[in-house]
Amino acid sequence: MKLHYEVDGDNFLVAGEASASLKRTLKQLGIDSSIIRKISISMYEAEMNMVIHAYGGVIDVEISTDKVSIILKDQGPGIPDINLAMQEGYSTATHEIRELGFGAGMGLPNMKRYSDHLNVHSEVGVGTTVEITVYLT
Amino acid sequence: MKIKEIKGALKAHVWTGEESLDREVHAACGCDLMSDVLAFAKEEVLLLTGLVNPQVIRTAEMLDIKAIVFVRGKEPTEDMIKMAYQKNMIILSTDDPLYIACGKLYQLGLVNKGEE
Repeated sequence: MKLHYEVDGDNFLVAGEASASLKRTLKQLGIDSSIIRKISISMYEAEMNMVIHAYGGVIDVEISTDKVSIILKDQGPGIPDINLAMQEGYSTATHEIRELGFGAGMGLPNMKRYSDHLNVHSEVGVGTTVEITVYLT
Repeated sequence: MKIKEIKGALKAHVWTGEESLDREVHAACGCDLMSDVLAFAKEEVLLLTGLVNPQVIRTAEMLDIKAIVFVRGKEPTEDMIKMAYQKNMIILSTDDPLYIACGKLYQLGLVNKGEE
């Protein structure tokens, strides 16, 4: 099954809607709740990052019998130093973002914690692609 | 602990889920940082927070958190109430600050931390 989502860049009210929609689909498919949780948390963090840092983007999800693959693509500013961004507590988020309860420098570390595979490819001035894989078995 | 006991202990106002106050929670998490909630909260805990925005409801949805208490007299917005209602979540608010609200519930026996 393939799903496609467009993420709006400056609407915090609907930020996370794609992740919520995927979560509902996975529930309907009868996937184990602990696995749904891993997928939901990692995708939600990635989706929030798109909204916070990159004016939105597109998300493609592929659900197969053994895994869920999520590819999030944006055309934002890019991440100059991915290793630094992977460190817990490192953040470039603005004060406004922190007021929303995000920007604690936990986004990428959370994605890593809850996914089975995380691949981040980023080019400054071009954009970022995040690939999240969670195995179903 | 039943949500209605929590309501009583915190003299809380019920915004959504009045009909579900017999639901129980076995652990709680007091936190204003949604990133930390996402990182550490267990499933089906009570979330106590001083942060009021739609992403609190969204974060709770991602984690299957079914009950939220807004502390320090903060009130959820119309958008948040609508979202919570659709997701079958219970929303309470109390005048107690976070520390006192957590302390009262802890004293009444809700001692499990809602974190991994």
